[in-house]
Amino acid sequence: MLSHDVVIVGSGLAGLRAALEVVGHLDVAVITKVYPSRSHSGAAQGGVAAAMANVDGDSTNAHIYDTVKGADFIGDQDAIEIMCNDAPHVIVDMERLGCPFSRTSENKIAQRAFGGHSFKRSCYSADRTGHALLHTLFEQSMKKGGKLQFYNEFYLLRLIVEENICRGVVAMDMKTGKPEVFHAKSVMFGTGGYGRAYKISSNAYANTGDGISAAYRAGVPLQDMEFVQFHPTGLYQHGLLLSEAARGEGGYILNGNNERFMANYAPSKLELAPRDIVSRSEQTEIMAGRGAGPKKDYVLLDLRHLGKEKILERLPQIYQIAKDFIGVDALDNPVPIQPTAHYSMGGIPADNDCQVVANERGDLVKGFFAAGECSCISVHGANRLGTNSLLEALVFGTRAGKKMREVTLDAKWAPVNESREISAARREIDEVLHNKGTENLAAIREELQTTMTDKVGVYRGKDDMEAAHEKIRELQDRFRNVKVDNKKGVFNTNLTEALELGHMLEYSELIVAGAQTREESRGAHARNDFPDRDDGNWMKHTMAFRTGEGGYELKYRPVRVTRFQPEERKY
Amino acid sequence: MSEITFRIYRFEAGKDASPRYDEYKLALEEGDTLLKCLNTIRGAQDGTLAYRMSCGSAICGSCAMRANGHALLACKTQAAGLVKNGVIQLDPLGNFPVIRDLVVDLEPFWSSLRKVSPWLQPNLADEPARERLQTPAQFQLIDDVTTCILCASCWSDCNVLEVDKKFLGPATLAKAHRFIFDTRDAKGRERMEKITEPNGLWDCTHCGECSTRCPTETKPLARIEETREAVMMAGITNSPGARHALGFRESMRWFGALNENYLPVRSVGFFNIPGLLGIMPVGLRMMLKRKAPPMFPHWIDKVGEVKRIFKRFHELRKNVGGAGTKTDGDD
Repeated sequence: MLSHDVVIVGSGLAGLRAALEVVGHLDVAVITKVYPSRSHSGAAQGGVAAAMANVDGDSTNAHIYDTVKGADFIGDQDAIEIMCNDAPHVIVDMERLGCPFSRTSENKIAQRAFGGHSFKRSCYSADRTGHALLHTLFEQSMKKGGKLQFYNEFYLLRLIVEENICRGVVAMDMKTGKPEVFHAKSVMFGTGGYGRAYKISSNAYANTGDGISAAYRAGVPLQDMEFVQFHPTGLYQHGLLLSEAARGEGGYILNGNNERFMANYAPSKLELAPRDIVSRSEQTEIMAGRGAGPKKDYVLLDLRHLGKEKILERLPQIYQIAKDFIGVDALDNPVPIQPTAHYSMGGIPADNDCQVVANERGDLVKGFFAAGECSCISVHGANRLGTNSLLEALVFGTRAGKKMREVTLDAKWAPVNESREISAARREIDEVLHNKGTENLAAIREELQTTMTDKVGVYRGKDDMEAAHEKIRELQDRFRNVKVDNKKGVFNTNLTEALELGHMLEYSELIVAGAQTREESRGAHARNDFPDRDDGNWMKHTMAFRTGEGGYELKYRPVRVTRFQPEERKY
Repeated sequence: MSEITFRIYRFEAGKDASPRYDEYKLALEEGDTLLKCLNTIRGAQDGTLAYRMSCGSAICGSCAMRANGHALLACKTQAAGLVKNGVIQLDPLGNFPVIRDLVVDLEPFWSSLRKVSPWLQPNLADEPARERLQTPAQFQLIDDVTTCILCASCWSDCNVLEVDKKFLGPATLAKAHRFIFDTRDAKGRERMEKITEPNGLWDCTHCGECSTRCPTETKPLARIEETREAVMMAGITNSPGARHALGFRESMRWFGALNENYLPVRSVGFFNIPGLLGIMPVGLRMMLKRKAPPMFPHWIDKVGEVKRIFKRFHELRKNVGGAGTKTDGDD
């Protein structure tokens, strides 16, 4: 059995930032299913929000209000205030640690416009801001040498929670295939989102939401799972992200008739309306037969008027992606795009110090923390504003680290029964390896992802969701006999893909269930049959609890409103 | 579209004595990336096939592998462009031990990276309350090099690493460049001294494979060349590589041609007795095989013209601010 005071699962911005806060004070280890530099934080492109006011008269108050409004008033306002207040500090902190930022003519950190933000608030490093931040933290973690222990390419199997006390995790070394118990006084998850449940998705293949599901299986509720953000500029058919920076720098979105249709939906913000609104507008255009292309099933991102110099200097990655993946030269042609599953607003409920919440009353799971996309604190409510995710990971990663330092120093070791945990993990693996083997893994995954994109996507209808729910139940059944060709050996990706699919099938049902039950339209959750927001009944967070084998129960928790009462959300 | 054959390297460490190639047939569709093909093969034909992947958008570097002998990212490469006589051959990255199939043990890469203290070491005394200032031009100095995604494609195809596992490697030298050229870093000189030690900056042979294979704008060879220039300008010339470069220039200037007797002695160092004794056997063998250059130096006819070029070059350089003047005393 391995043991560390603090075990952090996930090596993205939240995980690494927390680790740097703890290292030197406590014995800390980071477990990752990839390598730190390959975490999905690195894929964030356009920037990180902070009211630095480097280029205009921005203020923290404006940032708070924009975020509350962007969240469609279901974000917890005390948490949003913390995030926006801390924002300029974490940016300065990252700059000091060496993050390369693009600069203004006054040599300060450059800032640009982003959807839903009323000022130029996005600090950026060309269009690879997440990559720049992630590599900076990776560099800092190497500086700590052996004091910061990494377990790279370890796959999380179980979270150990007993009597409401978190005691560690079980994870499998991919290189040997051996499950190991990690005993810990504090465990933090920074395991990312669940966007891979969708077919058209900007998420990494690794973003299968294992952490979220492992917490759920250990008895932790999941919050607001129905809120999934669809990014308006996903590369057609691939779903790859083309940064919102494209619009921040002045890009247009056109329909098949070459019309800038956003004028009809958000006349004051146009393309820079929040993501949920732009995605819905695109979908509406496509459904009305005004899409582009032979099947009229996409719209167009037009950058041509920005000119070669601006495109290549500010948006080089977008230019390259369009060129490499679908052979479109954005200097000469508009790029085919469609809404793509992008960000998970829902996740593991946590308080403002990232301590995980056990129930609708707000009691805590002792020694368990969550930060970043896997968490639901909730600063994004029903719709996240672009550039607020890198910010959230940095702010709450730091806070989680500080809190862990504080509570872990005096914490006692809660016992763990190693052999029982290993047997439980092995049993879960055996269920996947040794069954009738009649069902194809990739086929089940494909059916799930297609179902989610088609039926629980940008617009959600009652019948579609019922069909999706039924389909997921069927796929869960079929999964019991999933075929895994590779029964043993090193680096068994066949096994981990099967385990990941098990997680996806488990929480996808909660996305649908939450969406079916929430009879209103709010933020990214848009119901055909309930097109309006219903503050009277639905100013509350959904909480899904696991009940015995396969069952779930939905409960609700109030939203924390401090300064801004709900008002009509218009742009 | 047409059906093609994927010929894929198969090996499991600790189980297989030697690798083999398995063949898979697949009908290519227009726009298929190499990674999509691999996912189709793994999903429909052989679940045991192991390879890494994560972001799928060329920013994480996980899916680096070799196709037809050259490193690339599977996610951003169109499969159709790789087909040769109906076949695409896939191998794991080169210069690494293989764990399974296309998955290699990256530890040599990470441990090389750690050798150059790859983190910012600023002057803590002058930290302002807000962000440090940097001009857009100063950011441009590190703009390209900070696109590195640590995919190890350069390491895979590096010809020096193939014969010398102690070489720092292209990505590590690029990482060193990233801090040497960052105006916020205060340890440039120490960094330059460190990487000019043996197995470092001067061991690169300029073959250019790293830059050809690099899927980003990092282009390690260009960064190595910039770093070499910076090192010379800083007067850090006490290494065989720097002496070689200086000797080359001296030889050209004096003789108008390369003097192959002078250059090795100059590179090793005139007073480095053990070093000179070390290269003597090579010289003797060359003499015996009649491959040794003539004992007496040979001047080209119009050596005065070459000297004029050097003179003009120095004048021009003085006009642009006297960069590089520190090395002038050597010749």
